[in-house]
Order: sequence, then structure tokens, then C-alpha cells
Amino acid sequence: MTTPYDAWSTPERAALRDSVTRFVRSEVVDNLPRWEDDGEIPRDLHKRAAAAGLLGIGFPEDVGGEGGDVLDISVVTEAMIEAGGSSGLIAALYTHGIALPHIVSAHRANPTEQSASLIERYVRPTLAGETIGSLGVTEPGGGSDVANLRTRAVRDGDAYVVDGAKTFITSGVRADFVTTAVRTGGDGYGGISLLVVDKGTPGFTVANPLRKMGWHCSDTAELSYAEARVPVQNLVGEENGGFVLVMQQFVNERLSLAVQAYATAQRSLDLTVAYARERETFGRPLATRQVIRHKLVEMHRATVTARAYTRQVVERAAALSAGATGVDPMRLAADAAIAKNDAVAACDFVVDEAVQVHGGMGYMRETEVERHYRDSRILGIGGGATEVMNDLIAKILGY
Amino acid sequence: MNIVVCVKYVPDATADRSFDSSDSTVDREGVDGLLSELDEYAVEQALLAAEDGDGEVTVLTVGPADAADAVRKALQMGADKGVHVEDDDIAGSDAVATSLILAKALGTLEYDLVFFGMSSTDGTMGVVPTMVAERLGLPAVTYGSEITVDGSTVTVRRDGDVATETITATAPAVVSVTDQSGEPRYPSFKGIMAAKKKPVEDLTLSDLGIDASEVGLGAAWTKVLSFAPRPPRSAGEIVTDEGDGGTKLAEFLASKKFV
Repeated sequence: MTTPYDAWSTPERAALRDSVTRFVRSEVVDNLPRWEDDGEIPRDLHKRAAAAGLLGIGFPEDVGGEGGDVLDISVVTEAMIEAGGSSGLIAALYTHGIALPHIVSAHRANPTEQSASLIERYVRPTLAGETIGSLGVTEPGGGSDVANLRTRAVRDGDAYVVDGAKTFITSGVRADFVTTAVRTGGDGYGGISLLVVDKGTPGFTVANPLRKMGWHCSDTAELSYAEARVPVQNLVGEENGGFVLVMQQFVNERLSLAVQAYATAQRSLDLTVAYARERETFGRPLATRQVIRHKLVEMHRATVTARAYTRQVVERAAALSAGATGVDPMRLAADAAIAKNDAVAACDFVVDEAVQVHGGMGYMRETEVERHYRDSRILGIGGGATEVMNDLIAKILGY
Repeated sequence: MNIVVCVKYVPDATADRSFDSSDSTVDREGVDGLLSELDEYAVEQALLAAEDGDGEVTVLTVGPADAADAVRKALQMGADKGVHVEDDDIAGSDAVATSLILAKALGTLEYDLVFFGMSSTDGTMGVVPTMVAERLGLPAVTYGSEITVDGSTVTVRRDGDVATETITATAPAVVSVTDQSGEPRYPSFKGIMAAKKKPVEDLTLSDLGIDASEVGLGAAWTKVLSFAPRPPRSAGEIVTDEGDGGTKLAEFLASKKFV
């Protein structure tokens, strides 16, 4: 049997999907409940994923990556979740997807001795699964409002002296370094820079892990910077050029969250269909009831339409990265935000119905959809809240 | 050390497999095919054995056009090149004819060792490795669960039901490996992309000097006389415990000669 050709099911991407599925089934599925209880995934998993060639996908080979584009990363994300992983696993294992791209794009735009050193010290070892990186943007005083962040870095000789605080930092507890957004200049977006801060830097402390509703296998930290001296060599790109670097990556981060949302919906649908066929009530399988079949169809519809739209935007993002001229970056930013909101709405609906069809079992920790129900709630908050997305979309569309 | 791994393209064992009613051969239309999972173990052992030296791993298959998928999978895992023997006259070949084609194809290749999986996941006969060795006049060490290659010798551990044997053979030799030999790797993204550029040589029967009358359904030594789907599982017998449940269970087991 042959599958009709599309960019998402080429022989290479089918093989990639198969490899990820095998990795998840052999390395993840049986261990994930324990990692959820532990509050983090083991470092060893990063090494295993790197050895299987799955950690560096989407990063160029000349910085230690595996190559591939945003479609390939999306295939990995889909397969990770649909084979029995979770969005929390993606958050923990692929934190480098938000911690490293700025370092790479700054280096490729303007390669210097300093940028090359950052690639060697942070990008390569992280893509090899040897170190773990985080991205520090959000502050206690504000989440999505990046232009007004307050953590300050003042130049003093060969170092920046950093004062401030960050919160909700994914993998911050385990991180060996944090790509930190700081204010080096005046107010607003023009005064922001990115600094790589090492764990163990005097004055830089990581508070206890934050306890969350979901994403239990993904550790989350509060970070404090009190006169922490960070070498100027750890500046990413230009001083006061951080906002553009952060904003460029937001499109990819939002698309990744959209993919996580529809993949979580697909996984929850698959589990629910299987359960509805198995589970008998009043002498008949649930799936023989019209009301249940209609629910399954509505879940299916929400999932496939969200996937179709998001994938179309991902394809345009890949085309833009590859140098295509027909893609308007502002329109793409709006469409990525629409994709995120649409896939999140689909996911919210599907995981809710999935728990409902599972009945009492859906409320039990041992049931996988219970985890997806909790895990998915963050998808409409992180990477730009739904309301902030709508503001952005309205601004770009001129409404 | 150059190693050729002989692999088979088989119907997916997790799907509903059947025979074609017109000629009683495997129905390849109704089901997806893939590299026989037991052959993945042979590919893995070949890659491990070749890793330390400068030899090449060649993957060889005999099968229809879609069998190219099995070759590609082995190339994605890390094999260096592929050979695919494809010819309409091969259809319906039995193990004897398959071993003839493989032996002739091996005659066109340079090799020190020939690796096989322990059997295919569809025919599950496990006779082809020995047949090929016989045709080539090579030693055959089958069902290896641990393979060690050192210089021009290969040492194979065979785990039997009551004893374990360790056998050493000198290259050239034929080795078949079991699913206890070590988990096969899965293709990395780089491996998947690299496989697109690896060479695959397509051969026909005439390339190998084989006459069509020597192979195919007509030349087969065996014939499928009839086939039928496995009957659906009948409902089990429920024993109601009315104080005598233990006795009833014992009687049931005794009637089936379990006790």
C-alpha cells in the first residue's frame, strides 16, 4: 500500500517517525510515570536521545546538530507524543530548542571568535546530550511582556554585573547554563541583550523546583541574580540586540507548541477510541453508543483540522528559513499565533472529552489521558498566552 | 572485513496476512511490507563487526520492486551499499530457488562473511543460510546469539535448549544470528538522509546467468495445496465456583491433558 505523497510522509520522514516511535517505546513509555513522580527526567535520557541521533534535529551540522528543518522537528514532536510521550517530556528533553537557537542564529549572522566560542562551549555539548541549557526570559513581574523586562546587566570591566530574577524557567533546576534576557540599555525593546549565565556563577542561585499542575517530568525553577558577574564573552550577538533574537525564535516556539497541542489531541483521541471499544457499559461497548461515536468524531474533527492548519504554517516557516521570497514574515508571525490558538483550543476540547469518555478511570493517575489533561493546560499560557496572541494577530492584520 | 547481509522483504507481521487465491503465494497487495525484523539483528551484527575495520557492509535482497524498502532500511541503519535482485520470473520461488539466486548474486560480490537473520518472519523456515553455504561450499554457523569477529575468524555462540556451544569458523563463512544477539539500532536522522545517496545495484536473472526455468513457482519443490484463515477463537469455558471450583478446574485441565 502506498501513501499519497505529501511533505510530511516522504520515505525519509516516515523513517524518522518510525525511529522516534521506537525510541519512545523502548526508552520512555515505561519510565515516564516514575519521572513524573521524580519531578524531572534523568540526564542520561539526553545522552541516549543524542546517541540515537534525535536530539540535534533542526540544528545545522556545523554546530553539532543533525540537520533538518522545522518540518523534521515537527515530525519528531508529533511522534514523541503520539507514541506515548507527552508535551512535558518535550519541554524537558528539548529545552535546548528554546535555549540554543539565539546562539546559533547570532553566530551564523555574524561569526566571530566570541560567537564560535559560544557554539563550542554551549551548543555542541548540549546537542551531544552532555549539558542542559535553559532560556530565562519570564520575570516575576511579567510574562509575555518581553519588551519591559527588568533584570539589569551593567558592564564593569570584562564582565556584566547582573541583578534581577526570572521565574517559570523550564529545566532551570537541572540547567548547566541559562540563556538569559537582560536589560543592558534603556527602556523598551531596544535595551535588551542575551547573556549565557553558567550554573555556579557567584550570585546566581536556583531556587527550589516549582510545583505545577502538569508537566511534572519537566523541572521548573525560579532564578535569582544578585551581583552575578558574567564574562562579556558570554554576550550573544550584539549588545542591545537581544529583542530581535528573542522575537525571531518566538515563531518557532509557538509552532512547536501548536504541534504539541494537536499531537496531544491525536494521542488522547487514539487512547479514547481504544478505550471506548474495550469498555462495556450496560452490556455493550461504549463505542456502540451514538452519543460516544459523535464525541469521537468531534474530537477527530478538531484534531485533524488543527493539524492541517498548523502544518501548512510550518511548511511556510520552513520555506522562509530556506530563503523563499513569497513568505511575508509578519503574516507568518500572525499565522503561527493563529495556529497556536487553534491547536490549543482543539487540544483543550479533546483532552476534556477524553477524560469524560474514560469516566472515573479518566480521573485516575494511572490513566494516560489524565496526564494529558493536566499537561495541556499550559499550552495556551506558555510561549505567549492566547490573549496576547490575539492582540498580536489583531495588530498585524490591522483589526 | 567485507560483510554481505542477506535480507528479506516480508509482509508486516502485525497486519492481517493472507495468500493470493489465484496461485497460493503470499498476497503482497493487501498488506504493507517491511524489512523482516529478524534480519535487522543480522544488519546490526554486521555493522558492529565492520565498525572497527575498513570493510564495507553490503545488503542483498531478492524480491519485488517494493523490496527496495528493505534495502533502504538497512542502508538507513548504516550499511554502505545495496544489491537488489528483481525479476518477474522470480515470483513464487521457494527456499531452494531463493538460495540459488542469492548464491549467484554473492558470486558477483567481494565478501569475507555472509550474515543472515535466523529465519524470515513470514516463511519462518530458516533453511536459506545453510542452502546458500552449501551452494558456495562455505562453512555455515547458524543461530548465533553472540558473534565475535577477530581478523579472519568468526566466533559464534549458539544457545541450545540444554547446552551452549561456541564455534569458530574461518572466513569466508555464512553466519545466521538470532534475536538474542543484541538489539538492532534504529536509523538516526543523519543515517536516514545519508541513505538517499548510497548506491543500490539492481540485478536481473539474466545478469546472474540464471535461466527462468530454474526459479519461480514452476520450479518450486514444494507447493501450497490449500490454505484457510485461522478459525476465530472460540469463547472460553467459564467455571462457576459453587464450592467445587477447584475440582472443576482440575477436571478441565485433566481433560486437556495439562495435568
